[in-house]
Amino acid sequence: MFKSKHFEYYRTASVLLIALLLTFIIISFVSGQPLHTIYIFLYEPISSLSHFGNVVEMAIPLTFTGLALALLFKMNMFNLGAEGTFYFAGLMASFIAIRISMNGALHPLVCIMFGGIVGAAISAIPGWLKAKWDVNELVTSLMFNSILYGVGQYLLNYKLRDSAAYQTASFKFESTAVLSKLIPGTRIHTGLIIVIVCVILAHLFMYKTRWGYELRMTGANREFAEYSGIKTGRVIIYVHLLAGLIAGIGGSVEVLGMYSRFQWNALPGYGMDGALVAMIAKNSPIGVVGAALFLAYIRVGADMMSRYSDVPSEMISIIQAIILLLVSADQFLKFWKNRMLLKEAQKHA
Amino acid sequence: MHDFFAVILTTDFAYSVLRVTTPILFAALGALISNRAGIVNIGLEGIMLTSALMGVLISAYTGSAWVGLLGAALGGVLMAGMLAFFTLQFKTHLILGGIAINAFAAGGTIFVLYMLTGDKGTSSSLSSKVLPSIDIPLIKDIPVLGPIISGHHVLTYMSIIAAIVVYYMLKRTPLGLQIRAVGENIHAAESVGIKVKKVQYIALLLSGLFASLGGAYMSMGYLSLFTRNMTAGRGWIALAAESMGRSTAVGTTVTSFLFGFAQALSNALQLLKIPAELISTVPYVATVLGLVFYSISVSRKANKLMNKPK
Repeated sequence: MFKSKHFEYYRTASVLLIALLLTFIIISFVSGQPLHTIYIFLYEPISSLSHFGNVVEMAIPLTFTGLALALLFKMNMFNLGAEGTFYFAGLMASFIAIRISMNGALHPLVCIMFGGIVGAAISAIPGWLKAKWDVNELVTSLMFNSILYGVGQYLLNYKLRDSAAYQTASFKFESTAVLSKLIPGTRIHTGLIIVIVCVILAHLFMYKTRWGYELRMTGANREFAEYSGIKTGRVIIYVHLLAGLIAGIGGSVEVLGMYSRFQWNALPGYGMDGALVAMIAKNSPIGVVGAALFLAYIRVGADMMSRYSDVPSEMISIIQAIILLLVSADQFLKFWKNRMLLKEAQKHA
Repeated sequence: MHDFFAVILTTDFAYSVLRVTTPILFAALGALISNRAGIVNIGLEGIMLTSALMGVLISAYTGSAWVGLLGAALGGVLMAGMLAFFTLQFKTHLILGGIAINAFAAGGTIFVLYMLTGDKGTSSSLSSKVLPSIDIPLIKDIPVLGPIISGHHVLTYMSIIAAIVVYYMLKRTPLGLQIRAVGENIHAAESVGIKVKKVQYIALLLSGLFASLGGAYMSMGYLSLFTRNMTAGRGWIALAAESMGRSTAVGTTVTSFLFGFAQALSNALQLLKIPAELISTVPYVATVLGLVFYSISVSRKANKLMNKPK
């Protein structure tokens, strides 16, 4: 019935179930009306078209950053720069969307491409440092997040800020730059199409091209890949470029699809959530879609919960941490796999 | 430029370098111990943040700053214990485990703060206690040196003592020897009968203890309350300091001061007319530059060894 070769799926499913159970336990400790709160948490995200629209809207940026991190993780690179890249590319896209007037169909495309290229360039720096001198990419990428945030806030406050706006925000985007809505009754925008294209291209890249093969080889064992003639330094750099491009496109799409001004006054957090998405998806581009939808679902659930009940939405980051800890645990539920293997062996004997 | 030196060449500035180095030094010592045992403790940031909140909460509810410090230490060690349990028992990926700990702390502290005070930003509604500052007799009367060295927070002095203790512990004690043996070669250590897992547990818990003192300092000295994400990347800067310090106690201490200097600079320069947003990036830029220079020098050395004629 249970096959050991599907073990990874069972384990991921168990982890998600455990996480949900834990959510219920925490809710019943802190909430005055636990059952009602759980009901809101589980049901509200799918209760109406517009709420389900919220789930899809949130899944779009999560898919972008999840894809970017899946590429990097697959190569065994722990670069968490997608966070800063996403933010900064969004700001750069806003620059074009505010300052330059253009023909309708072209404008968003130019903004998004510009954001993507800036993202690729930023992301390449830690990659290049890693490939050339083995500089720890995790620390540099995290420092870059803080640096990009500081520079971004400077640009927003001194170059783009609209003092007439009710909060710290940029001038309004040109109406030609804003992505149009796709489904009436929701805020789902044409970014959905872009993200689906990105997922398919990333999948083809990873599994059907020579570069993707080189990526996977480098990730499995960098020294072995080097000996078999792969220039791993080059692989590291182009994967960083690609990951930055995807994160950059993601940031630009998010800004142009969801807002009419640039108004992030903190790092939006999608880069960090992308790490979780990539892990749940086991770094598979197709899997990223499912993982992003799952995460978006519980995030929207948590949002609704904080709005309609007494439990704050930050609870969900505790759950996210537990998922991350368990999903990347090699030994977790290993006994189950061993038992499956044993049974299969006995059957064949 | 004149203004710049007018800011730096003051006893106030030198005093503030010591003040801002404290949390970085504590965390870097934590990074050092676990790294020496072969485990990179990515969770430092989260451990510090948890301790910062614990210190505030416990001191507010017991009315004693020292009990608060104890609570902070306990919170940090518990977080480190959680990381140790998952990475050593369940074989969770080291880096992802650490990232999870940080995420847990970032959201968890806000969650707990909100549940207890109804505020998601700061703990200003709690009357938490602050640990005392100490004037050193005699030294405090020496001109120039006195105002720099004396009158610091008790944890600032403890961080210097901690550096000496860690130096001695790693160099001279059986535990230090075991930690280094495990980090050097885990199989060799196992073959001579060292209980590898136990040593790694101890190293991680100690790492958590030191980081937690840094966290306690943040909310019970540097500031007198908890604010969300108040550690602001210091755990990561500490990791960079440790690796630039070549995993030695002396090197780590020196580089911690270097990054403390950058942080103090960023605080002091806010007096000048440079946009605060840009100034705030100085410590992070310094960290990246430091790490890059260090890595270049290491890879140069490695190349030289490789090309040496036999």
